[in-house]
Amino acid sequence: MTESLAIKGVRDRLVLTVPPGAAGPLLELVLTTIDERSAFFKGGKLAIDLGPHVMSAAELGRLRDHLAEREVHLFAILSSAEASQAAAANLGLDLDLDRVTQAEEVTAPAIDTRLPGEAAILVERTLRSGNQVEHNGHIVVLGDVNPGAEVVAGGNVIVWGRLRGVVHAGAGGDDTAIVCALDLAPTQLRIAGHIALSPEREGAARPEMAHVKDDQIVAEPWSAAG
Amino acid sequence: MTATIVTITSGKGGVGKTTATANIGASLASLGRRVVCIDADIGLRNLDVVMGLENRIVYDLVDIVEGRAKLRQAMIKDKRIPELYLIPAAQTRDKTAVSPGDMIRLGDELRDEFDYVLIDSPAGIERGFRNAIAPADLVLIVTNPEVSSVRDADRIIGLIEAESKGPGKLIVNRIKPEMVKRGDMLDTADILDVLAIELIGVVPEDEDVVVASNQGNPVAQNKESRAGRAFHNIARRLEGEDVPFETLEAGDGFFGKLSRLMRPGDQR
Repeated sequence: MTESLAIKGVRDRLVLTVPPGAAGPLLELVLTTIDERSAFFKGGKLAIDLGPHVMSAAELGRLRDHLAEREVHLFAILSSAEASQAAAANLGLDLDLDRVTQAEEVTAPAIDTRLPGEAAILVERTLRSGNQVEHNGHIVVLGDVNPGAEVVAGGNVIVWGRLRGVVHAGAGGDDTAIVCALDLAPTQLRIAGHIALSPEREGAARPEMAHVKDDQIVAEPWSAAG
Repeated sequence: MTATIVTITSGKGGVGKTTATANIGASLASLGRRVVCIDADIGLRNLDVVMGLENRIVYDLVDIVEGRAKLRQAMIKDKRIPELYLIPAAQTRDKTAVSPGDMIRLGDELRDEFDYVLIDSPAGIERGFRNAIAPADLVLIVTNPEVSSVRDADRIIGLIEAESKGPGKLIVNRIKPEMVKRGDMLDTADILDVLAIELIGVVPEDEDVVVASNQGNPVAQNKESRAGRAFHNIARRLEGEDVPFETLEAGDGFFGKLSRLMRPGDQR
């Protein structure tokens, strides 16, 4: 691979530009560049300028996961290709560099509060129809998961809100994964290879936790006393 | 004058985007505002028919964008209401004839001359939709009280948020109070429960709308019509007036729930 990708610093962010002439799989191209200077990129916020290149939502999702493993936070995709923009928007990535939220400005530099062990991501918004979140570790959603949205986690899924979309915990085959929600009423609930549909609800919503018991998904109400 | 650019969209087709655009446009103009309605549904134009201006079209949106006509030449003045104009869509082209950049430029040109620019978006989430929302300051999402329409509205709200165009405001169109009362139709509170955005209008199902659209005379001109009043109220709310929501003959429970959900900042 001979093409080199340009790296540019913008405030506290890094922008990686893929030249229009770049050939071969973009995913590998980007990861090779990152790996060459892993110490430089580690812990950084990264935007990738794809130019006219097209990457699908699935490819971008994989790229984001690979980057997360390398402790690089992908926050934006810049592209002149509508397909790439749409894919990035679907994953909840920014499409420009201008949007600096106030919280980010105030809290920098961030303190690393992660505990060693499995990684989790926090999704601080409601996932609407068409949104998809995929992550190898755990996923915590602070908001609702509306019908038509999908959450796929290698580990557990916790929703602090109403879970109405499709959820898959333990997507890598982990039978011990769980799904919790304040209102557990997914269109479809999967844990590893098991699939369950929500029963008709009786009475008011209450927090529940679903797990696999005797080869079947069961949902149990959760209460502080229990 | 600095116009507010308002895009009316829905995702799903047939929920009443064009009717809403024509009526809100007519209402704003009758309140004394300078209004231009743009039909962004290139290849499937309708807004000219609903506004009754079909036979006056000489130039269209694509002619402006491609430089064959000046803005002034393509704007059609309404028959009845002064200060209401239409920029029709081209019928012989498709959505790719215009880009989001073209729409932003057009919006900026119109800003100086009007109070409101209303854009009637095509159905779907592809190029046509992206064209329509590109210049928007405010997006109105039209939904019908049925599950598929609400699902599509949710998708649209997600896309609008991704474009940093805010969550938008909701119009619930074609609600049937009798059916809601019987529990056979989603009520406005159910819809707001899922979409969690601000409500700007509830329009009842009304036969007058069909009659008026066929005659090319927006129903908002007819103060006897319930739907007409509802559209007029949306226009007043756009103007910043605090207009109470009309009770749709469905008892206090419905209205009580509604007004509770309506208070800004109290949507969850």
